[in-house]
Amino acid sequence: MPDTGQAATAHARNPGLALDMSMLAGPPPDRAATERRAAALGARRSLKGAHQAAWLVNAVRLIDLTTLAGDDTAARVRRLCAKARRPLAPHILDGLGIADMGLTVGAVCVYPTMVPHAVAALEGSGIPVASVATGFPAGLMPLDLRLREVEWAVGQGAAEIDIVVTREHVLRADWAALHAEIAAMRAAAGPAHLKAILATGELGSLGNVRAASMVAMQAGADFIKTSTGKEGVNATLPVSLTMVRALRDYGAATGHRVGFKPAGGIKSAREALLWQVLMKDELGRDWLEPGLFRFGASSMLGDIERQLDHHVTGRYAASHRHAMS
Amino acid sequence: MGIREILSTMEYGPAPEDAGAARDWLASRGAGFGHFIDGAFTDPGETFEVRDPARDEVLAHVTQGSAGDVDAAVAAARAAQPGWAGLSGHERARHLYALARHVQQHARSLAVLETLDTGKPIRESRDVDVPLVARHLYHHAGWAELAEGEFPGRVPWGVCGQVIPWNFPLLMLAWKVAPALAAGNAVVLKPAEYTPLTALAFAEICAEVGLPPGVVNVVTGDGATGAALVSHRGVDKVAFTGSTEVGREIRRATAGTGKGLSLELGGKSPFVVFDDADLDAAVEGVVDAVWFNQGQVCCAGARVLVAESVDDAFLSRLRARMARLIVGDPLDKNTDMGAIVHPVQLDRIRSLVEQGRAEGARIEMGDAPPGCFHPPAIVTDAAPASVLATEEIFGPVVTVTSFRTTAEALSLANNTRYGLAASVWSGSLARALDAAGGIRAGVVWVNCTNLFDAAAPFGGMRESGFGREGGRTGMAAYLREPARHGPAPDLPTARPAAQGAGIDRTAKLHIGGKQARPDTGKVHAVAGGLAPAGGRKDIRNAVEAAAKATAWSGTTGHARAQVLYYLAENLSARQAEFAARLAGEGRADAEREVAAAIRRIFFYAAWADKLDGAARTTARDITTVELREPMGVMGLVCPDDRPLLGLVSLLLPALAMGNRAVAVPSRSAPLAAIDFAQVMDTSDIPAGVVSLVTGPHDELAATLARHDGVDAMWYVGARAAMVEAESAGNLKPTWTEAEGARDWLSPEGQGRAFLERATQVKTVWLPHGD
Repeated sequence: MPDTGQAATAHARNPGLALDMSMLAGPPPDRAATERRAAALGARRSLKGAHQAAWLVNAVRLIDLTTLAGDDTAARVRRLCAKARRPLAPHILDGLGIADMGLTVGAVCVYPTMVPHAVAALEGSGIPVASVATGFPAGLMPLDLRLREVEWAVGQGAAEIDIVVTREHVLRADWAALHAEIAAMRAAAGPAHLKAILATGELGSLGNVRAASMVAMQAGADFIKTSTGKEGVNATLPVSLTMVRALRDYGAATGHRVGFKPAGGIKSAREALLWQVLMKDELGRDWLEPGLFRFGASSMLGDIERQLDHHVTGRYAASHRHAMS
Repeated sequence: MGIREILSTMEYGPAPEDAGAARDWLASRGAGFGHFIDGAFTDPGETFEVRDPARDEVLAHVTQGSAGDVDAAVAAARAAQPGWAGLSGHERARHLYALARHVQQHARSLAVLETLDTGKPIRESRDVDVPLVARHLYHHAGWAELAEGEFPGRVPWGVCGQVIPWNFPLLMLAWKVAPALAAGNAVVLKPAEYTPLTALAFAEICAEVGLPPGVVNVVTGDGATGAALVSHRGVDKVAFTGSTEVGREIRRATAGTGKGLSLELGGKSPFVVFDDADLDAAVEGVVDAVWFNQGQVCCAGARVLVAESVDDAFLSRLRARMARLIVGDPLDKNTDMGAIVHPVQLDRIRSLVEQGRAEGARIEMGDAPPGCFHPPAIVTDAAPASVLATEEIFGPVVTVTSFRTTAEALSLANNTRYGLAASVWSGSLARALDAAGGIRAGVVWVNCTNLFDAAAPFGGMRESGFGREGGRTGMAAYLREPARHGPAPDLPTARPAAQGAGIDRTAKLHIGGKQARPDTGKVHAVAGGLAPAGGRKDIRNAVEAAAKATAWSGTTGHARAQVLYYLAENLSARQAEFAARLAGEGRADAEREVAAAIRRIFFYAAWADKLDGAARTTARDITTVELREPMGVMGLVCPDDRPLLGLVSLLLPALAMGNRAVAVPSRSAPLAAIDFAQVMDTSDIPAGVVSLVTGPHDELAATLARHDGVDAMWYVGARAAMVEAESAGNLKPTWTEAEGARDWLSPEGQGRAFLERATQVKTVWLPHGD
């Protein structure tokens, strides 16, 4: 394997288990109550001053810095990787007293053909490369081709694979097919960590989100992820709450820890705080580490950098004064 | 603290709200606060300290209101009220609108002041209390605009004496003041001794917006000041929110005075979690139910009843959630639970918890800092008779008890003297609505809890009080019918039974569908003959029969209408006979009376399926349904005037709405009523739904008023004071009127108002979303 670094994990990987329909039983999440709790999270917790700065720094550690565009090129990916290595301007790191911390983002996330460029650009940084695969974003390709794509990306040096699931299996409640598909992808990924993208904006109900989360974990997903970023509705707090409660219940039943990755539409420093509050208040401190929590984001880092600049200098920053990704 | 250190702990850190503006305002009133009377603050008199419970610091010195202060405030209100009521609704609406706007402009400092004074978290005063205050004022600005057209013929009471509690000081002020002003009343408000500061700030806002002097007056002080206010002769309507104990005293103190009264009292509200509930949602519901405002909430869902099949799963989640609550400085934005309002209240909570522990309850507690704080607590193994399961704790203490079946859940839910609120958690609409219908409570939250809106009536059943606040029903409580005065009727004197040619008839009581001899074995002479003199035990038997006849309340309005039409049909068949009897007893207009009785039965049969509730959208994803439910068992003491029509006028609206009734017919001429019982017997009215007990009016009325199984009482006669005072035992709503106050033959003897008095509103909150 090329020296691209490995995903940071402080826990054993989730080995998965056979499809267990009993874990899907029980009433579906109550949408209105879930939305109330999601709204309350932001109102109940507040971060000021140094605490806010530290939580924003932590958010940087959790970012899967992402480019998933049709016009991605090797040069574009190299620029992204440069930002991944040095996510904050030196004066900010100095001002925060963390210049020697070796702060980087959690990973860089790209399309499969961009993996070799990213691997080369990140060599020696310890930052893992994540690749989307399995016919991202819709996933409507023959299964053998999707598995072949996973193997190819891993062969190119991807340490993490973000797969998409077949939404039809969820909408038709064909849990056996969903389980078999994800388990095959997990096998194809081998040592690379598997993040299962549920595309929750296309699943129709929180009950489906919960069931799909449970099946993905049973099939051996290391992370469950909300969205590709290409659906009409991407990461939302109520959906995230539903997914983290599912992974809490899975952990309680099996003893295996599974990570969570909201992705798509998360752009602001405020959201970076909000999602961390959700993880801490629902699951606890362990879920504020990159081994168990990632943000799929591209523009969020810029907003965090501006906020931290203000914290350090007392002046409002302008984005053109920061290195773009 | 360095960034690195925080990165290792990932604690939230302090997030203090700036209290500067509120503290500056308090400091500017260094000498202390007087009362707000006639548009200006009086000089401070004898003062007492108001303290911040979280910091144990003095916030202000506030004047102890004397009887003289109350006199002055009532006089100011009395003088201002005609002018205020004389304004157009539109002009009053402008004033209320200005109050709402100014509350919003002062929102931040009002929230801080409330938090300093009560110890509640700033998040709650900022996000819940103050926004609801503004909402209430806006809503009632609307009612001021519309009242004349929407409540034709109604007039304001005059001067309202309002006494409010310390748990939601500014919000309860708004709930009291807004509808009173909208309706054209003037107000004297007495805030709680512990928490008078936002009321004083509101008084300043009244001056700021140019509210006419005397329309709102604030007198501070303790319970003695409140007692002086509610018993003041110049007060026309009393509204009280607070403990059931004080509510009872107020009921007695106002008995017979003709004052309007609404009471919003204590509760011990059930929180029912079915096995098909989203348990995470229900756990979060407990946080909002009983760890909101430190559990100092009258409608707190403090009795969790959880299905046995999920109780372990529920409890383990609840424990984990309790462990994450942050208890501490109320001014910190991260605080989930702040301080208890006063050390006296803290002592009460602690002593109840210790008593519960001694009784064998298992108590688990979270953390709390030293001082006037109480940790959140979960109580298991509390027997139904345990003090923790029965007494209102008014603290962050929740009992968790399991149930086996829905029927058992409802029995446990209703096993209480109270009936303020309930919360029901189930993924099944059918089951949740069934439970919402079966629980005796003024508010039922389905899959939610402690949600409020100015348009949704709030208030209790049973010993949680009567009257509603919010919406049309709440507005109606601040308007009355014009006073009725009329000469007491001239009644024919009783004569011994006329000796006739026919077979002698023995009149009997009608109890539980059967003819019954009076328990006393006595008769008394009445117009037209001898009537049985019923007694205490006859009332007892009648109420027992009524309590069992629940099917009548559960059936449809259409089914009840069919029975009532049949009753009219059968009375019509004996019209001549009834007219002859009444004429023979010396009654004028006997034929007209019988004809009117038949028409009146038709009138209420027509209404039986038409007193609609309401449904409204109170939030984007919440439908709130207002149901009109029967009171239950009603005691009816009928007028002497119009022996047949009087009985029909009270009985029929009660029956049409699904109540069961124990009626005491006309004192002087009850034989027509006894004949009417025979008509009812032949009209398919189920046994027990109506009982008739003739006899000594006031003695029977007293027995009914004292009976805890009687849910509401109507009384026409001279002893209203006695009836109202005796009703304080179970706080049954009463309606009393003097003999002769209305002409029962005229249209004023019937109407929608009777139906509304025969029903109580239940507000059901139904959030939705997939």
